[in-house]
Amino acid sequence: MTGPDLRGMLIRQLGRIAPEIDLTAIDTAADLRDECDIDSMDFLKLVTALGRELSLPMPEADYDQMRSFDGLLEYLARHAK
Amino acid sequence: MTPFLMPSLGADMEDGTLVEQLIAPGERVTRGDIIAAVETQKGTIEIEAFEDGFLDAWLVPLGAKVPVGTPLAMIRSSEKASDTPDPQPQPDMPQPVDPAPPPLPPEVPQPVDPETLPPRPEDPQPSPTPAPDFPDELRQRVTPAARRRAAQTGFDLKALGTKRTITLDDLAPPQTETALPPLSAMRRAIADAMSRSKREIPHYYLSDSIDLTATEAFIAKHNAGLAPEQRLLAAVLYLRAMARAVQKFPEFNGTYEQGQFTPSRHAHIGMAINLRGGGLVAPALQDADQGSLDDLMARLRDLVERVRRGRFRARELSGPTITLTSLGDRGVRGITGVIFPPQVAIVGIGSPCWTAVVRDGQVRACRSAAITLAADHRVSDGHRGAGFMRAVINQLQKPEAL
Repeated sequence: MTGPDLRGMLIRQLGRIAPEIDLTAIDTAADLRDECDIDSMDFLKLVTALGRELSLPMPEADYDQMRSFDGLLEYLARHAK
Repeated sequence: MTPFLMPSLGADMEDGTLVEQLIAPGERVTRGDIIAAVETQKGTIEIEAFEDGFLDAWLVPLGAKVPVGTPLAMIRSSEKASDTPDPQPQPDMPQPVDPAPPPLPPEVPQPVDPETLPPRPEDPQPSPTPAPDFPDELRQRVTPAARRRAAQTGFDLKALGTKRTITLDDLAPPQTETALPPLSAMRRAIADAMSRSKREIPHYYLSDSIDLTATEAFIAKHNAGLAPEQRLLAAVLYLRAMARAVQKFPEFNGTYEQGQFTPSRHAHIGMAINLRGGGLVAPALQDADQGSLDDLMARLRDLVERVRRGRFRARELSGPTITLTSLGDRGVRGITGVIFPPQVAIVGIGSPCWTAVVRDGQVRACRSAAITLAADHRVSDGHRGAGFMRAVINQLQKPEAL
Protein backbone atom coordinates (compact mmCIF):
# COMPACT_ATOMS: atom_id res chain seq x y z
CA MET A 1 0.00 0.00 0.00
CA THR A 2 1.26 3.44 -0.85
CA GLY A 3 0.58 6.52 1.20
CA PRO A 4 -0.64 6.58 4.75
CA ASP A 5 -3.09 4.02 6.10
CA LEU A 6 -6.03 6.41 6.12
CA ARG A 7 -8.53 3.89 7.41
CA GLY A 8 -6.30 3.02 10.34
CA MET A 9 -5.72 6.69 11.04
CA LEU A 10 -9.43 7.46 10.99
CA ILE A 11 -10.21 4.54 13.30
CA ARG A 12 -7.45 5.63 15.68
CA GLN A 13 -8.64 9.24 15.82
CA LEU A 14 -12.27 8.23 16.22
CA GLY A 15 -11.21 5.87 18.99
CA ARG A 16 -9.67 8.77 20.87
CA ILE A 17 -12.95 10.65 20.80
CA ALA A 18 -15.36 7.74 21.16
CA PRO A 19 -13.34 5.04 22.91
CA GLU A 20 -16.37 2.91 23.79
CA ILE A 21 -17.66 2.61 20.21
CA ASP A 22 -16.99 -0.63 18.32
CA LEU A 23 -16.00 0.81 14.98
CA THR A 24 -16.39 -2.55 13.28
CA ALA A 25 -20.08 -2.51 14.19
CA ILE A 26 -21.04 0.93 12.90
CA ASP A 27 -22.92 1.63 9.68
CA THR A 28 -20.12 3.25 7.71
CA ALA A 29 -22.55 4.86 5.28
CA ALA A 30 -24.67 6.52 7.98
CA ASP A 31 -24.06 9.85 9.70
CA LEU A 32 -20.84 9.43 11.63
CA ARG A 33 -22.03 11.71 14.40
CA ASP A 34 -25.07 9.54 15.03
CA GLU A 35 -23.13 6.30 14.72
CA CYS A 36 -20.41 7.38 17.13
CA ASP A 37 -22.52 9.77 19.23
CA ILE A 38 -20.21 12.71 18.63
CA ASP A 39 -21.27 16.33 18.86
CA SER A 40 -20.12 19.49 17.08
CA MET A 41 -17.18 19.91 19.42
CA ASP A 42 -16.07 16.28 18.98
CA PHE A 43 -16.40 16.59 15.21
CA LEU A 44 -14.29 19.74 15.24
CA LYS A 45 -11.71 17.88 17.31
CA LEU A 46 -11.70 15.00 14.83
CA VAL A 47 -11.30 17.34 11.86
CA THR A 48 -8.52 19.19 13.69
CA ALA A 49 -6.63 15.96 14.41
CA LEU A 50 -6.98 14.57 10.88
CA GLY A 51 -6.10 17.92 9.32
CA ARG A 52 -2.95 18.14 11.41
CA GLU A 53 -1.86 14.61 10.71
CA LEU A 54 -2.36 14.90 6.96
CA SER A 55 -1.62 18.63 6.57
CA LEU A 56 -5.06 19.15 5.06
CA PRO A 57 -7.11 22.32 5.51
CA MET A 58 -10.40 20.36 5.88
CA PRO A 59 -12.50 23.49 5.21
CA GLU A 60 -15.88 23.84 6.83
CA ALA A 61 -17.45 24.16 3.37
CA ASP A 62 -16.46 20.51 2.77
CA TYR A 63 -18.05 19.18 5.99
CA ASP A 64 -21.00 17.82 4.00
CA GLN A 65 -18.65 15.43 2.25
CA MET A 66 -17.39 14.16 5.63
CA ARG A 67 -20.73 13.15 7.11
CA SER A 68 -20.25 9.37 7.14
CA PHE A 69 -17.27 7.15 7.89
CA ASP A 70 -17.11 6.16 4.21
CA GLY A 71 -17.54 9.74 3.03
CA LEU A 72 -14.81 10.99 5.33
CA LEU A 73 -12.45 8.19 4.29
CA GLU A 74 -13.10 8.94 0.64
CA TYR A 75 -12.55 12.63 1.26
CA LEU A 76 -9.21 11.94 2.93
CA ALA A 77 -8.17 9.60 0.10
CA ARG A 78 -9.02 12.24 -2.48
CA HIS A 79 -7.14 15.03 -0.75
CA ALA A 80 -4.22 13.39 1.07
CA LYS A 81 -1.01 13.37 -0.89
CA MET B 1 -3.45 30.90 59.53
CA THR B 2 -6.59 30.04 57.60
CA PRO B 3 -8.10 26.64 57.00
CA PHE B 4 -8.66 25.50 53.47
CA LEU B 5 -12.07 23.85 53.43
CA MET B 6 -13.75 21.11 51.45
CA PRO B 7 -15.76 23.36 49.16
CA SER B 8 -19.41 22.98 48.32
CA LEU B 9 -19.63 22.48 44.59
CA GLY B 10 -23.34 22.78 44.25
CA ALA B 11 -26.43 22.49 46.37
CA ASP B 12 -26.51 18.74 45.96
CA MET B 13 -23.01 18.05 47.28
CA GLU B 14 -22.68 16.80 50.83
CA ASP B 15 -19.18 15.41 50.89
CA GLY B 16 -16.11 14.78 48.77
CA THR B 17 -13.05 12.55 48.75
CA LEU B 18 -9.61 14.13 48.81
CA VAL B 19 -7.76 12.30 46.02
CA GLU B 20 -4.76 14.52 45.32
CA GLN B 21 -2.61 16.79 47.46
CA LEU B 22 -0.72 18.77 44.84
CA ILE B 23 1.24 21.01 47.19
CA ALA B 24 3.58 19.70 49.88
CA PRO B 25 3.68 21.18 53.38
CA GLY B 26 5.96 24.22 53.41
CA GLU B 27 5.42 24.95 49.72
CA ARG B 28 4.28 28.37 48.59
CA VAL B 29 0.77 28.72 47.23
CA THR B 30 -0.49 31.58 45.11
CA ARG B 31 -4.11 32.55 44.77
CA GLY B 32 -5.53 30.53 41.87
CA ASP B 33 -3.03 27.65 42.16
CA ILE B 34 -4.60 24.24 42.04
CA ILE B 35 -3.67 22.71 45.36
CA ALA B 36 -5.90 19.66 45.60
CA ALA B 37 -8.27 17.45 43.67
CA VAL B 38 -11.49 16.20 45.13
CA GLU B 39 -13.53 13.31 43.82
CA THR B 40 -17.25 14.09 43.81
CA GLN B 41 -20.32 12.64 42.19
CA LYS B 42 -19.63 14.92 39.26
CA GLY B 43 -16.05 13.87 38.64
CA THR B 44 -12.64 14.95 39.83
CA ILE B 45 -12.70 18.62 40.68
CA GLU B 46 -9.54 20.71 40.96
CA ILE B 47 -9.60 23.04 43.93
CA GLU B 48 -7.84 26.37 43.74
CA ALA B 49 -6.25 28.38 46.52
CA PHE B 50 -8.14 31.57 47.26
CA GLU B 51 -5.25 33.40 48.91
CA ASP B 52 -1.47 33.61 48.83
CA GLY B 53 0.60 31.91 51.50
CA PHE B 54 2.32 28.69 52.44
CA LEU B 55 0.78 25.33 52.96
CA ASP B 56 1.28 24.52 56.61
CA ALA B 57 -0.09 20.99 56.86
CA TRP B 58 -2.63 18.68 55.37
CA LEU B 59 -5.36 17.89 57.87
CA VAL B 60 -7.12 15.17 55.90
CA PRO B 61 -5.37 12.11 54.49
CA LEU B 62 -5.60 11.10 50.88
CA GLY B 63 -8.60 8.93 50.20
CA ALA B 64 -10.68 10.28 53.08
CA LYS B 65 -14.27 11.23 52.37
CA VAL B 66 -15.24 14.26 54.42
CA PRO B 67 -18.30 16.53 54.64
CA VAL B 68 -18.43 19.91 52.93
CA GLY B 69 -16.81 22.53 55.15
CA THR B 70 -14.20 20.24 56.68
CA PRO B 71 -10.77 21.91 56.85
CA LEU B 72 -8.51 20.05 54.40
CA ALA B 73 -5.32 21.97 55.06
CA MET B 74 -3.98 25.02 56.81
CA ILE B 75 -2.55 27.93 54.85
CA ARG B 76 -0.23 30.30 56.70
CA SER B 77 0.62 33.75 55.53
CA SER B 78 4.38 33.72 56.08
CA GLU B 79 7.09 31.26 55.17
CA LYS B 80 8.32 30.57 58.65
CA ALA B 81 6.50 27.85 60.46
CA SER B 82 6.31 29.84 63.71
CA ASP B 83 3.45 31.87 62.37
CA THR B 84 1.11 32.60 65.24
CA PRO B 85 -1.75 30.21 64.84
CA ASP B 86 -5.18 31.76 64.82
CA PRO B 87 -7.50 30.53 67.49
CA GLN B 88 -9.39 27.55 66.28
CA PRO B 89 -12.06 26.92 65.32
CA GLN B 90 -12.61 30.20 63.58
CA PRO B 91 -16.02 31.56 64.50
CA ASP B 92 -17.33 31.89 60.96
CA MET B 93 -15.90 28.67 59.70
CA PRO B 94 -18.28 25.86 58.90
CA GLN B 95 -17.16 22.93 60.98
CA PRO B 96 -17.32 19.33 60.02
CA VAL B 97 -20.59 17.81 61.01
CA ASP B 98 -19.06 14.83 62.66
CA PRO B 99 -16.17 15.35 65.04
CA ALA B 100 -15.13 11.70 64.83
CA PRO B 101 -12.52 10.78 62.24
CA PRO B 102 -14.37 10.24 58.98
CA PRO B 103 -14.91 6.55 58.32
CA LEU B 104 -13.15 5.44 55.20
CA PRO B 105 -15.86 4.43 52.76
CA PRO B 106 -15.47 0.95 51.33
CA GLU B 107 -14.89 2.19 47.77
CA VAL B 108 -11.91 4.30 48.77
CA PRO B 109 -8.72 2.56 47.81
CA GLN B 110 -6.26 3.91 50.32
CA PRO B 111 -6.33 2.62 53.86
CA VAL B 112 -4.38 5.05 55.96
CA ASP B 113 -2.49 4.10 59.05
CA PRO B 114 -4.03 6.12 61.86
CA GLU B 115 -0.56 6.71 63.31
CA THR B 116 0.33 8.85 60.32
CA LEU B 117 -2.83 10.94 60.35
CA PRO B 118 -2.11 14.63 60.67
CA PRO B 119 -3.72 16.28 63.70
CA ARG B 120 -7.45 16.74 63.41
CA PRO B 121 -8.52 20.34 63.14
CA GLU B 122 -10.31 20.07 66.47
CA ASP B 123 -7.14 19.03 68.25
CA PRO B 124 -5.12 21.77 69.86
CA GLN B 125 -2.15 22.52 67.65
CA PRO B 126 0.62 23.84 69.86
CA SER B 127 3.09 24.11 67.03
CA PRO B 128 2.83 23.32 63.40
CA THR B 129 4.13 19.86 62.70
CA PRO B 130 7.40 19.66 60.81
CA ALA B 131 6.89 19.10 57.14
CA PRO B 132 6.57 15.36 56.63
CA ASP B 133 8.20 13.72 53.69
CA PHE B 134 6.29 14.21 50.50
CA PRO B 135 4.16 11.07 50.47
CA ASP B 136 4.55 8.66 47.59
CA GLU B 137 0.94 9.06 46.56
CA LEU B 138 1.68 12.63 45.60
CA ARG B 139 3.97 11.48 42.88
CA GLN B 140 1.74 8.76 41.59
CA ARG B 141 0.11 9.79 38.35
CA VAL B 142 -3.28 8.21 37.79
CA THR B 143 -5.69 8.88 34.95
CA PRO B 144 -9.16 9.98 36.09
CA ALA B 145 -10.73 6.88 34.51
CA ALA B 146 -8.33 4.62 36.38
CA ARG B 147 -8.98 6.46 39.60
CA ARG B 148 -12.71 6.00 39.18
CA ARG B 149 -12.28 2.32 38.40
CA ALA B 150 -10.07 1.89 41.48
CA ALA B 151 -12.69 3.60 43.61
CA GLN B 152 -15.39 1.34 42.21
CA THR B 153 -13.49 -1.86 42.71
CA GLY B 154 -11.74 -0.95 45.93
CA PHE B 155 -8.37 -1.50 44.30
CA ASP B 156 -5.38 -0.06 46.18
CA LEU B 157 -3.56 2.14 43.68
CA LYS B 158 -0.48 2.22 45.89
CA ALA B 159 0.21 -1.37 44.94
CA LEU B 160 1.11 -0.20 41.44
CA GLY B 161 3.92 2.06 42.59
CA THR B 162 4.82 5.42 41.17
CA LYS B 163 7.09 4.57 38.29
CA ARG B 164 4.69 5.46 35.51
CA THR B 165 1.20 6.76 34.88
CA ILE B 166 -1.50 4.34 35.99
CA THR B 167 -4.17 3.85 33.34
CA LEU B 168 -7.37 1.88 33.04
CA ASP B 169 -5.40 -0.99 31.50
CA ASP B 170 -3.64 -1.56 34.82
CA LEU B 171 -6.88 -2.32 36.59
CA ALA B 172 -9.22 -5.25 36.31
CA PRO B 173 -12.70 -4.44 35.04
CA PRO B 174 -15.24 -3.99 37.80
CA GLN B 175 -17.35 -6.98 38.75
CA THR B 176 -20.87 -6.10 37.87
CA GLU B 177 -22.52 -7.67 40.91
CA THR B 178 -20.51 -5.80 43.50
CA ALA B 179 -19.29 -2.61 41.89
CA LEU B 180 -21.34 0.53 41.56
CA PRO B 181 -21.87 1.27 37.89
CA PRO B 182 -19.95 4.48 37.13
CA LEU B 183 -23.10 6.26 36.06
CA SER B 184 -25.05 5.87 39.24
CA ALA B 185 -23.26 8.51 41.31
CA MET B 186 -23.59 11.00 38.47
CA ARG B 187 -27.20 10.00 37.88
CA ARG B 188 -27.92 10.42 41.57
CA ALA B 189 -26.40 13.92 41.51
CA ILE B 190 -28.55 14.86 38.52
CA ALA B 191 -31.62 13.31 40.09
CA ASP B 192 -31.08 15.21 43.35
CA ALA B 193 -30.57 18.57 41.67
CA MET B 194 -33.42 18.15 39.21
CA SER B 195 -35.86 16.83 41.82
CA ARG B 196 -35.06 19.76 44.02
CA SER B 197 -35.60 22.07 41.06
CA LYS B 198 -38.99 20.62 40.20
CA ARG B 199 -40.01 20.56 43.86
CA GLU B 200 -38.95 24.09 44.73
CA ILE B 201 -38.88 26.22 41.62
CA PRO B 202 -42.16 27.36 40.08
CA HIS B 203 -41.00 27.20 36.48
CA TYR B 204 -42.65 29.04 33.64
CA TYR B 205 -41.78 28.38 30.02
CA LEU B 206 -41.59 30.53 26.90
CA SER B 207 -40.64 29.63 23.36
CA ASP B 208 -39.85 31.34 20.10
CA SER B 209 -37.63 30.81 17.11
CA ILE B 210 -34.37 32.47 16.13
CA ASP B 211 -33.60 33.38 12.55
CA LEU B 212 -30.05 32.11 12.29
CA THR B 213 -29.34 33.31 8.75
CA ALA B 214 -27.07 36.13 9.90
CA THR B 215 -25.39 34.05 12.60
CA GLU B 216 -24.60 31.14 10.31
CA ALA B 217 -23.38 33.41 7.52
CA PHE B 218 -21.12 35.18 9.99
CA ILE B 219 -19.68 31.90 11.25
CA ALA B 220 -19.15 30.54 7.72
CA LYS B 221 -17.35 33.71 6.69
CA HIS B 222 -15.28 33.79 9.86
CA ASN B 223 -14.29 30.13 9.60
CA ALA B 224 -13.48 30.11 5.88
CA GLY B 225 -9.74 29.75 5.49
CA LEU B 226 -9.16 29.15 9.18
CA ALA B 227 -7.53 25.99 10.50
CA PRO B 228 -10.06 23.76 12.30
CA GLU B 229 -8.66 24.61 15.73
CA GLN B 230 -9.44 28.29 15.14
CA ARG B 231 -13.02 27.81 13.98
CA LEU B 232 -16.02 29.04 15.91
CA LEU B 233 -19.04 26.97 16.87
CA ALA B 234 -22.49 28.52 17.03
CA ALA B 235 -22.64 27.80 20.78
CA VAL B 236 -20.05 30.54 21.35
CA LEU B 237 -22.35 33.12 19.75
CA TYR B 238 -25.30 31.86 21.80
CA LEU B 239 -23.24 32.23 24.98
CA ARG B 240 -22.15 35.72 24.08
CA ALA B 241 -25.69 36.77 23.11
CA MET B 242 -26.97 35.54 26.49
CA ALA B 243 -24.13 37.25 28.34
CA ARG B 244 -25.10 40.54 26.68
CA ALA B 245 -28.83 40.08 27.18
CA VAL B 246 -28.63 39.44 30.94
CA GLN B 247 -27.11 42.87 31.42
CA LYS B 248 -30.52 44.44 30.84
CA PHE B 249 -32.43 41.56 32.42
CA PRO B 250 -30.63 40.91 35.70
CA GLU B 251 -33.54 38.91 37.13
CA PHE B 252 -32.51 35.94 34.98
CA ASN B 253 -28.88 35.96 36.06
CA GLY B 254 -28.11 35.07 39.64
CA THR B 255 -29.06 32.74 42.44
CA TYR B 256 -32.11 32.23 44.63
CA GLU B 257 -31.27 31.05 48.12
CA GLN B 258 -33.06 31.23 51.47
CA GLY B 259 -36.01 33.05 50.04
CA GLN B 260 -33.95 35.70 48.38
CA PHE B 261 -32.73 36.37 44.87
CA THR B 262 -29.23 37.75 44.44
CA PRO B 263 -28.49 39.02 40.95
CA SER B 264 -24.94 38.48 39.76
CA ARG B 265 -22.73 41.18 38.30
CA HIS B 266 -21.00 38.50 36.25
CA ALA B 267 -22.22 36.53 33.28
CA HIS B 268 -20.93 33.08 34.25
CA ILE B 269 -22.90 31.00 31.82
CA GLY B 270 -23.28 27.33 32.59
CA MET B 271 -22.95 25.18 29.53
CA ALA B 272 -24.75 21.84 29.68
CA ILE B 273 -22.20 19.31 28.46
CA ASN B 274 -23.15 15.76 27.67
CA LEU B 275 -20.75 13.08 28.91
CA ARG B 276 -19.97 9.98 26.91
CA GLY B 277 -21.58 6.97 28.45
CA GLY B 278 -24.29 9.08 30.02
CA GLY B 279 -24.61 11.97 32.38
CA LEU B 280 -24.42 15.67 32.16
CA VAL B 281 -22.62 18.53 33.82
CA ALA B 282 -23.08 22.25 33.35
CA PRO B 283 -19.94 24.09 34.42
CA ALA B 284 -19.58 27.81 33.88
CA LEU B 285 -17.84 29.73 31.17
CA GLN B 286 -16.81 32.59 33.34
CA ASP B 287 -17.44 36.16 32.26
CA ALA B 288 -18.83 35.11 28.90
CA ASP B 289 -19.32 38.79 28.06
CA GLN B 290 -15.56 39.41 28.12
CA GLY B 291 -12.91 38.93 25.46
CA SER B 292 -13.20 38.17 21.76
CA LEU B 293 -15.33 35.40 20.29
CA ASP B 294 -12.11 33.55 19.44
CA ASP B 295 -11.07 33.78 23.06
CA LEU B 296 -14.46 32.52 24.23
CA MET B 297 -14.25 29.64 21.76
CA ALA B 298 -10.80 28.70 23.09
CA ARG B 299 -12.19 28.70 26.61
CA LEU B 300 -15.20 26.61 25.60
CA ARG B 301 -12.96 24.12 23.84
CA ASP B 302 -10.73 23.85 26.89
CA LEU B 303 -13.71 23.46 29.21
CA VAL B 304 -15.36 20.72 27.14
CA GLU B 305 -12.04 18.90 26.85
CA ARG B 306 -11.50 18.94 30.61
CA VAL B 307 -15.09 18.00 31.39
CA ARG B 308 -14.89 15.01 29.07
CA ARG B 309 -11.71 13.95 30.87
CA GLY B 310 -13.67 14.27 34.11
CA ARG B 311 -11.59 17.11 35.43
CA PHE B 312 -12.63 20.66 36.02
CA ARG B 313 -12.23 23.46 38.51
CA ALA B 314 -14.29 24.14 41.57
CA ARG B 315 -15.36 27.61 40.58
CA GLU B 316 -16.50 26.40 37.19
CA LEU B 317 -18.86 23.97 38.86
CA SER B 318 -20.22 26.17 41.61
CA GLY B 319 -20.35 29.45 39.76
CA PRO B 320 -22.90 29.49 36.92
CA THR B 321 -25.40 32.35 37.08
CA ILE B 322 -27.62 31.07 34.22
CA THR B 323 -27.38 28.00 31.99
CA LEU B 324 -27.47 27.32 28.25
CA THR B 325 -28.48 23.93 26.95
CA SER B 326 -27.87 23.65 23.24
CA LEU B 327 -28.21 20.54 21.17
CA GLY B 328 -25.74 21.52 18.48
CA ASP B 329 -26.48 20.70 14.88
CA ARG B 330 -27.60 17.15 15.42
CA GLY B 331 -30.39 17.00 17.88
CA VAL B 332 -34.07 17.76 17.93
CA ARG B 333 -36.07 20.86 17.16
CA GLY B 334 -36.40 22.13 20.68
CA ILE B 335 -35.36 21.58 24.26
CA THR B 336 -36.96 23.02 27.37
CA GLY B 337 -34.57 22.86 30.27
CA VAL B 338 -34.97 22.26 33.96
CA ILE B 339 -33.39 25.04 36.01
CA PHE B 340 -30.24 24.07 37.94
CA PRO B 341 -30.79 25.36 41.50
CA PRO B 342 -29.89 27.83 42.85
CA GLN B 343 -29.99 29.46 39.42
CA VAL B 344 -33.23 30.98 38.17
CA ALA B 345 -33.21 30.48 34.41
CA ILE B 346 -32.11 28.14 31.65
CA VAL B 347 -32.14 28.87 27.93
CA GLY B 348 -32.56 25.99 25.48
CA ILE B 349 -31.58 26.26 21.83
CA GLY B 350 -32.57 23.43 19.50
CA SER B 351 -30.80 22.22 16.38
CA PRO B 352 -30.84 24.66 13.49
CA CYS B 353 -32.90 23.60 10.48
CA TRP B 354 -34.40 24.98 7.31
CA THR B 355 -37.83 26.51 7.83
CA ALA B 356 -40.29 28.23 5.54
CA VAL B 357 -40.93 31.75 6.76
CA VAL B 358 -43.26 34.34 5.38
CA ARG B 359 -41.65 37.74 5.02
CA ASP B 360 -43.07 40.64 3.01
CA GLY B 361 -45.77 38.30 1.76
CA GLN B 362 -43.22 35.89 0.33
CA VAL B 363 -42.40 32.40 1.55
CA ARG B 364 -38.67 32.06 1.98
CA ALA B 365 -36.36 29.32 3.14
CA CYS B 366 -34.48 30.39 6.21
CA ARG B 367 -32.23 28.80 8.82
CA SER B 368 -33.81 28.84 12.21
CA ALA B 369 -33.66 27.25 15.63
CA ALA B 370 -36.19 26.99 18.41
CA ILE B 371 -35.31 28.88 21.55
CA THR B 372 -36.93 28.32 24.93
CA LEU B 373 -36.65 29.88 28.33
CA ALA B 374 -37.49 28.18 31.60
CA ALA B 375 -37.42 30.72 34.40
CA ASP B 376 -38.29 31.02 38.07
CA HIS B 377 -41.64 32.68 38.85
CA ARG B 378 -40.41 33.65 42.31
CA VAL B 379 -38.09 36.10 40.58
CA SER B 380 -39.61 37.08 37.23
CA ASP B 381 -42.71 36.91 35.04
CA GLY B 382 -43.40 35.94 31.45
CA HIS B 383 -43.50 39.54 30.30
CA ARG B 384 -39.91 40.16 31.34
CA GLY B 385 -38.98 36.67 30.18
CA ALA B 386 -40.22 37.52 26.71
CA GLY B 387 -38.14 40.69 26.74
CA PHE B 388 -35.07 38.71 27.75
CA MET B 389 -35.62 36.18 24.97
CA ARG B 390 -36.07 38.92 22.39
CA ALA B 391 -32.83 40.48 23.58
CA VAL B 392 -30.99 37.17 23.02
CA ILE B 393 -32.58 36.78 19.57
CA ASN B 394 -31.76 40.37 18.60
CA GLN B 395 -28.13 39.94 19.63
CA LEU B 396 -27.91 37.01 17.22
CA GLN B 397 -29.19 39.16 14.34
CA LYS B 398 -26.05 41.30 14.58
CA PRO B 399 -23.35 38.68 15.06
CA GLU B 400 -20.57 41.00 13.93
CA ALA B 401 -21.26 43.10 17.03
CA LEU B 402 -20.86 40.12 19.34
